[in-house]
Amino acid sequence: MKPEEIIDPANRVYARPRLLTEVNTHYCPGCSHGVVHRIIAELLDEMGLEDRAVGVAPVGCAVFAYNYIDVDWVEAAHGRAPAVATALSRLSPENLVFTYQGDGDLAAIGTAETIHAANRGENIAIIFINNAIYGMTGGQMAPTTLIGQRTATTPYGRRVDLNGHPLNITNLLAQLPGTCYVTRQSVHTAPAVRKAKNAIKKAFENAMAKKGTSVVEIVSTCNSGWKMTPAQANEWMATHMTEHYPLGDLKNE
Amino acid sequence: MEEVRLMKGNEAIAHAAIRYGCDGYFGYPITPQSEVLETLEALMPWETTGMTVLQAESEVAAINMVYGGAATGKAVMTSSSSPGVSLKQEGISYIAASSLPALILNVMRGGPGLGTIQPSQADYFQAVKGGGHGDYHMIVLAPSTVQEMADFVGLGFDLAFKYRNPVLILADGIVGQMMEKVVLPPARPRRTQQQIEEQCPWAATGRHGRAHRNVVTSLELDPAKMELNNERFQRTYAAIEASEVRFAEHYTEDAEYLIVAFGSVARICLKAIEEARGQGVKVGLLRPITLWPFPKAEIDRLSKQVKGILTVELNAGQMIEDVRLASQCRVPVAHFGRMGGIVPNPGEVLTALFNHFPEAKQ
Amino acid sequence: MAKIKGAVTVNKERCKGCNLCVVACPTDTLSLQPLEVNDRGYHFAYMSNPDACIGCCSCALVCPDACIEVYRVKLD
Repeated sequence: MKPEEIIDPANRVYARPRLLTEVNTHYCPGCSHGVVHRIIAELLDEMGLEDRAVGVAPVGCAVFAYNYIDVDWVEAAHGRAPAVATALSRLSPENLVFTYQGDGDLAAIGTAETIHAANRGENIAIIFINNAIYGMTGGQMAPTTLIGQRTATTPYGRRVDLNGHPLNITNLLAQLPGTCYVTRQSVHTAPAVRKAKNAIKKAFENAMAKKGTSVVEIVSTCNSGWKMTPAQANEWMATHMTEHYPLGDLKNE
Repeated sequence: MEEVRLMKGNEAIAHAAIRYGCDGYFGYPITPQSEVLETLEALMPWETTGMTVLQAESEVAAINMVYGGAATGKAVMTSSSSPGVSLKQEGISYIAASSLPALILNVMRGGPGLGTIQPSQADYFQAVKGGGHGDYHMIVLAPSTVQEMADFVGLGFDLAFKYRNPVLILADGIVGQMMEKVVLPPARPRRTQQQIEEQCPWAATGRHGRAHRNVVTSLELDPAKMELNNERFQRTYAAIEASEVRFAEHYTEDAEYLIVAFGSVARICLKAIEEARGQGVKVGLLRPITLWPFPKAEIDRLSKQVKGILTVELNAGQMIEDVRLASQCRVPVAHFGRMGGIVPNPGEVLTALFNHFPEAKQ
Repeated sequence: MAKIKGAVTVNKERCKGCNLCVVACPTDTLSLQPLEVNDRGYHFAYMSNPDACIGCCSCALVCPDACIEVYRVKLD
């Protein structure tokens, strides 16, 4: 059978999700953000949440997330997404409120807002993209940058004596009584993408069921910032990142 | 139903918020305004009107909760005092830049830095000249009585929604802490979700069948579009300046000298003016109620009538700059201020007037 | 035994040529265009070995730009 015979709407098993807008993303080729955006768009459609979802966009590479997923959005100041989401959720409890944040937004400038929203058990889902670097500003050190990792501000590699330790904030969040589900996933292979999708689905379900705060960390890549090809970045992530940020559920209540 | 009560200005803010149908309050304790949050927690409005009240982890979080709440079209507010309001400036700039309605209360204390917990008016510049980054204005209301504290909650929300712009109630520690008779307004119900969606078609309420998504953002990387955004803000500010200037006058009809003072200080000045009048000195008082928009035209008019103007402020001389601009330096404009939490008495004000304008005594 | 045959389409203008689909494909169906580029200058992905496709969706799942559609038929 020739491809032209197979390519028929009746045989389609995978299509671009309806809730992704038509615009091309500004992300670099191979960026993990695009995969996570696609998963979210798929889930919002499959779960029938299109009319009730409000996303909170961060400051960082994902600042324009609102241009790509076709639901209501609020763009927060740097690090304040959990505070913004707190009000969105408390004032519109019927809605699904989720934040989408990078490591700088969530684990550096917004640490207080992250921890306190999670500790209050706000009924929100936090999607946390950890690529161990500041992508948007040109590849500087993030709170999650690994020891020895080179960035624009750690040109000779991160040193504990100069820069402190990588912050494993997801482990911290798992210890808070306000969180109901804390998991660490990746999107570098097809099976990983399937698992990550299930995790985000669970986080959305928890938020709708008012079970408290769910945190889904996606251990990601920034091939531009890491100065690798996308495939090399995936490999480096799987080898080095998961050592410090091991994949799997940290909490599931 | 209307109700007459004796209470602190801060308590009046809390009662008024519930009665004016406020949907959410987000705050962080700081003296001298903690009674706002305390009173709301004690009144438990979530049991009656459904209003949300939340003690945030910081002033920064509180203002960003206000940003989030305002983004849904709800009537939301926060309160703080000077150091806390400094922390809120980033959030206020975002609220203004996203064209969101919100109400912010600053019960000013002496600064700079941690300063003192005693009254001050040293945040005038911060309030009327921006405070945060970028070209924006808040509508700034300056209450001088506990009654105005209550009334300005309603007025503040009305103006905030009319212009989709943040409104600041710039009070001081005196108005926040003193007890006075206040007539609390009859309760007006919180708006229904349907009313909110009609009034705020821009709000991030969830699409609920809407054909397009709503995005609340202050970001626009295209400079041409960002300039258009700024031009839109400036049109709003021009409309506010044209329609919303508020002030009160006492004894200005035949005044030869004018005192300009706002907030609680205006009441001290009024007492001084009454003493001066007893001595045959024709002094009048102009009390700006809106500090932005500033009553420029009225000061311009009065500057053609009087021989000198004295601004009295709890600071080193801030509003005086706007008074000088508005009067176009037609007459001498002098300043008398106390700082660091000291409040002058009427005698000091009178002495200052005569020191600056000795000819007034004859 | 039933045999599965697949095929994919790549929205070539949306593709950024990141190569992740090529790496993810278990049957070496996909390649990046060696010479041709799209309007944005990217060497976009295409089925260089269409006969190998089993329609497993691995390529579409790892695609950051949601530019791959997958089709599958069962042959008896």
